[in-house]
Amino acid sequence: MSIESLSLSGRKKEVSNKKMTFMESLYLVAIAKGLWITLGHLFTRKVTIKYPEQTRSLSPVYRGQHMLMRDDEGRERCTACGLCALSCPAEAITMKAEERKPDEKHLYREEKYASIYEINMLRCIFCGLCEEACPKQAIYLTKSRVMVKSASNREDFIYGKEKLVMPLEMAINNTKPQMAK
Amino acid sequence: MDTAIIIEKGIFIVVIFAITMLFAMYETLAERKIAAWFQDRIGPDRAGKGGILQPLADGLKLFSKEEFFPNTPNRFLFIAGPAISMSTALITSAVIPWGDTLHIFGRDVVLQATDIDIAMLYIFGVLSVGVYGIMIGGWASNNKFSLMGAMRASSQMISYEVAMGLAIIALVMMTGSLSLRDIAAGQHGMSWNVFYQPVGFLIFLVCSFAETNRTPFDLAECEAELIGGYHTEYSSMKMGFYLFAEYASMFISSTILAVLYFGAYNFPGMDWVTENWGANATTWIGVLVLFGKICFFIFFYMWVRWTIPRFRYDQLMKLGWKMLIPLAIANIVITALAILWSDGKLF
Repeated sequence: MSIESLSLSGRKKEVSNKKMTFMESLYLVAIAKGLWITLGHLFTRKVTIKYPEQTRSLSPVYRGQHMLMRDDEGRERCTACGLCALSCPAEAITMKAEERKPDEKHLYREEKYASIYEINMLRCIFCGLCEEACPKQAIYLTKSRVMVKSASNREDFIYGKEKLVMPLEMAINNTKPQMAK
Repeated sequence: MDTAIIIEKGIFIVVIFAITMLFAMYETLAERKIAAWFQDRIGPDRAGKGGILQPLADGLKLFSKEEFFPNTPNRFLFIAGPAISMSTALITSAVIPWGDTLHIFGRDVVLQATDIDIAMLYIFGVLSVGVYGIMIGGWASNNKFSLMGAMRASSQMISYEVAMGLAIIALVMMTGSLSLRDIAAGQHGMSWNVFYQPVGFLIFLVCSFAETNRTPFDLAECEAELIGGYHTEYSSMKMGFYLFAEYASMFISSTILAVLYFGAYNFPGMDWVTENWGANATTWIGVLVLFGKICFFIFFYMWVRWTIPRFRYDQLMKLGWKMLIPLAIANIVITALAILWSDGKLF
């Protein structure tokens, strides 16, 4: 078998320029076939999702708004090493490091933490490289399960820690299984 | 003239006018819904239950739009275009037999505005005038795209009217009358003309698509090439009138198809109904049957629209002149031979 006539999918069709016969040039058979196909579509399940009422479920690997994680004891994991900012191809992340005070041990896991952590959502391309770069598993795009909302001015797209850090309720829920043990 | 007849006809005409308008209005919704279903979508369903108020919302939107006049020297013609389209689409319904005779208030009410013996000619005349609406509108728009659309529409309509007329000649040879009432009455029970004239029906159907400017023959307004064709420059309710006229003529054209070939108000078992339930029952059921047939043809128009892509212009002309006209002439000859043979005058 020559390579030209090979069809791995079995759906290959050769195009020919042959002259149509009189019956073919009336298009009647072709039209009847077409009508039959469209009639079939009249009764198929509709694919529309009525958006505001219904929402599409996000896949488990959907990369949405970032979340700065807390550990099992509810402490922020981020140590402000800056690797995420370094790995970011879009220059979207900025942060400022601060040393942990002795009475803040219940708030921050490491001795150094980010006092300011900002992501510019207009710059971010949601590639997930920050997630890969993080040595402390502190930043994830797949955990928040929300999309970044639209806004009408640019300043609103710079998300600080108040929007990025995992909410406390979620952290409490995460610690519950451990407490049950 | 008898005053009662004037009142009776007056009421009847108003009712038919209202029904035509209602149909044209809800055809716009049906078109969008059916288009959506064919494409596996749901379609408009927000205005009212299941989108039932959508045509009202669309109409309101068109009314409140800005009225735009292009820089044209023919302001009068610019307004006359949609007006002619609309009136010609509506006046065809005058000769259509909507049902048999009704016996109410001791009178025989014929469910037809007027029964003229040249109804077929009248319909063809009105259809030919219909192209002037598009022509004048396209010309007065002072826009190349509009003019192109108008030119296409007129040449297309003239070409397809020939084949349409020839298809009808075979039918008239069989029925022996140009009156729509006679043609309708001749298809009593199940002896519909489509069974005797299948080729003629097919030709007439194709030509009807061309006459109403529906896909696959909507070259007059083909968006991909001509923006909007003849109604590019139109806005607000004048635009609405053009669109409305298209849907009204679709309704009328479906009616003509049903009356000429699909037995009009006749249905199988009508003799039984007359015997058991009376003549009035037959008439009422007949009217419903006719409207059922009309709805089917309207659906068919939409079905075809979402199945077949638009013809190229040379394909359109080729189909009209080289396929349909020879076919129609052959149909006439075969019909003539068949009539002679059945009369025993052949051989």
